[in-house]
Amino acid sequence: MPQEVSMREAYGKVLVELGKENPDVVVLDADLSPSTMTHLFASEFPSRFFDCGIAEQNMVGIAAGLAASGKIPFASTFAVFAPGRCFDQMRMSISQPQLNVKLVTTHGGISVGEDGTSHHAIEDLALVCSLPGFTVIVPADAIETAQAVRVAAASHGPFYIRLCRPSTPLVYNEHYRFSLGKAATLREGREATIIAIGIMVAAAVEAAESLKREGIDCRVLSMPTLKPIDEAAIVKAAAETGAIVTAEEHLEHGGLGSRVAQIIAGQLPVPMEFVAIKNTYAKSGKPAELLRRYGLTAEDIKQAVRTAIKRKGE
Amino acid sequence: MSLPEMGDLSSKTSADNIKAEVFSSPAVEAKPLSIEEMTAIAKKLRRHIISMIGKAGSGHPGGSLSAVEIVTVLYFNLLRHNPEDPHWPDRDRFILSKGHAAPLLYAALAECGYFPVDELITLRQLDSRLQGHTDRTVTPGVEMSAGALGQGLSFGIGVALAGRLNSQQYKVYVLLGDGECDEGQVWEAAMAAAHFKVDNLVAIVDNNGQQIDGWNRNVMNLAPFSEKWQSFGWYVIEVDGHDLSQLMEAFDRAKLVKGQPVVIIAHTVKGKGVSFMENNPDFHGKAPNAGEVQIALKELE
Repeated sequence: MPQEVSMREAYGKVLVELGKENPDVVVLDADLSPSTMTHLFASEFPSRFFDCGIAEQNMVGIAAGLAASGKIPFASTFAVFAPGRCFDQMRMSISQPQLNVKLVTTHGGISVGEDGTSHHAIEDLALVCSLPGFTVIVPADAIETAQAVRVAAASHGPFYIRLCRPSTPLVYNEHYRFSLGKAATLREGREATIIAIGIMVAAAVEAAESLKREGIDCRVLSMPTLKPIDEAAIVKAAAETGAIVTAEEHLEHGGLGSRVAQIIAGQLPVPMEFVAIKNTYAKSGKPAELLRRYGLTAEDIKQAVRTAIKRKGE
Repeated sequence: MSLPEMGDLSSKTSADNIKAEVFSSPAVEAKPLSIEEMTAIAKKLRRHIISMIGKAGSGHPGGSLSAVEIVTVLYFNLLRHNPEDPHWPDRDRFILSKGHAAPLLYAALAECGYFPVDELITLRQLDSRLQGHTDRTVTPGVEMSAGALGQGLSFGIGVALAGRLNSQQYKVYVLLGDGECDEGQVWEAAMAAAHFKVDNLVAIVDNNGQQIDGWNRNVMNLAPFSEKWQSFGWYVIEVDGHDLSQLMEAFDRAKLVKGQPVVIIAHTVKGKGVSFMENNPDFHGKAPNAGEVQIALKELE
């Protein structure tokens, strides 16, 4: 097994580095700083850290005001609470005026585990992607997380970066360079393309390796920038492999699958299958148990690939 | 976009932008006007509000008219700002949280010289810089895109904290509606402003007593209002919101308060200055027709 590293810890550490490099970087949290790891920044730069308590709407508004005054605010909470608790604030205080606020949320998806439905963010990407001007990033591992956070700090405008709770296998090594708005081809292939985000990228690689042993040759695209999405890579994949499977730790509507399908439908229709949560809420359980129960494993991706390839001739 | 904070941060930090502007921008103090002069301006703003909303055929006259004296004192007596340089980093900030009072703010900004007075009549028209509710991306002098109620005080805290971090001397003034205080976010922000001890922030509540569905006390009772703010850790000043001297005195007192935020609860009359709009919730969000415009302007001569 590859080494497992925490995206959240990578975020916390890179925030401290950014804090040292740029005095305008400020951080806000909503009473979750040991979990989001913003406490690392808080102990290093107490005067530039604002704990807003359990009040996400206010946190987002304060972040907007700081950004309007030249600061570079990073605001963090769980993905289920932002955008869930502060959608209108994200819309009117950040998105409409295109303010330079970076929302970095943790505990995305159902790999949160035992905390159950109230803490599973499965619709956050649909909500955030609906806001004009928001750049949305879902890193695949800790290495990509650190780089994406740096890119967000150096780019102007609203960013939403969604991290997960558990430590995850490293998909990349130190030579990897995250490129905003670009897909990363992790594996070439001819018969189908798996497009994945977040923790599903590692599952996609595992699925592709396993399918190879069955004689099925799959391309794997990691799509860390969900918005603006890499249209060219998607169309190329459709043209060259003729079938697409998307994999995401999110509801099947409004996330990666929907965004890819819109492009495929408009530019080059090919069979598509969707590995995602199907119009339901997940319950309590261990992360691995939940991913199995709700159809988010390498095995589920393999089955979807077989189905997509079978549909090619129809 | 010409906002100073919209620069490419990878090549130039916002701190650099701020420094550059401090040296390029003159520090302009509002020339304090006499009570008589401000009374005349208040009347002029009311006439603009009626004409603009009448021409547009929609808009919110009631809550614009109730806050006329508050905004008059701010823009014509108190704020350090520079209409020639709306983004001057050391300017005092006026944040209109009750974004439906946009016609009032536009009228004041135009009279200050942020844009031509002739432009006021374009309110709510396609491609106008004067949107139905405030939009900071298009109107010179508008600090915040508002209209979704309850968001301005939080935004103001952020602006105040940035000023404190930068050791800037500017003050932040946030105008809220009383009905707006139904929103939970207002109280999240009230708690936070006291917690962070932002004493460069002054909230003003246009306490006209009414909201769309009627009197506040019948729709959603806010009482005891002053005590609520006090218990949240604010220094509370209550004034007659149509009395220019009382307002000026309140703002002067607010400047002396250290270590806590100040709220000025300004008791006002919705629709103030136009007989048939006063205390009439029908004119919260309804434009006067042509005949009503004529009557209103006559009353405001």
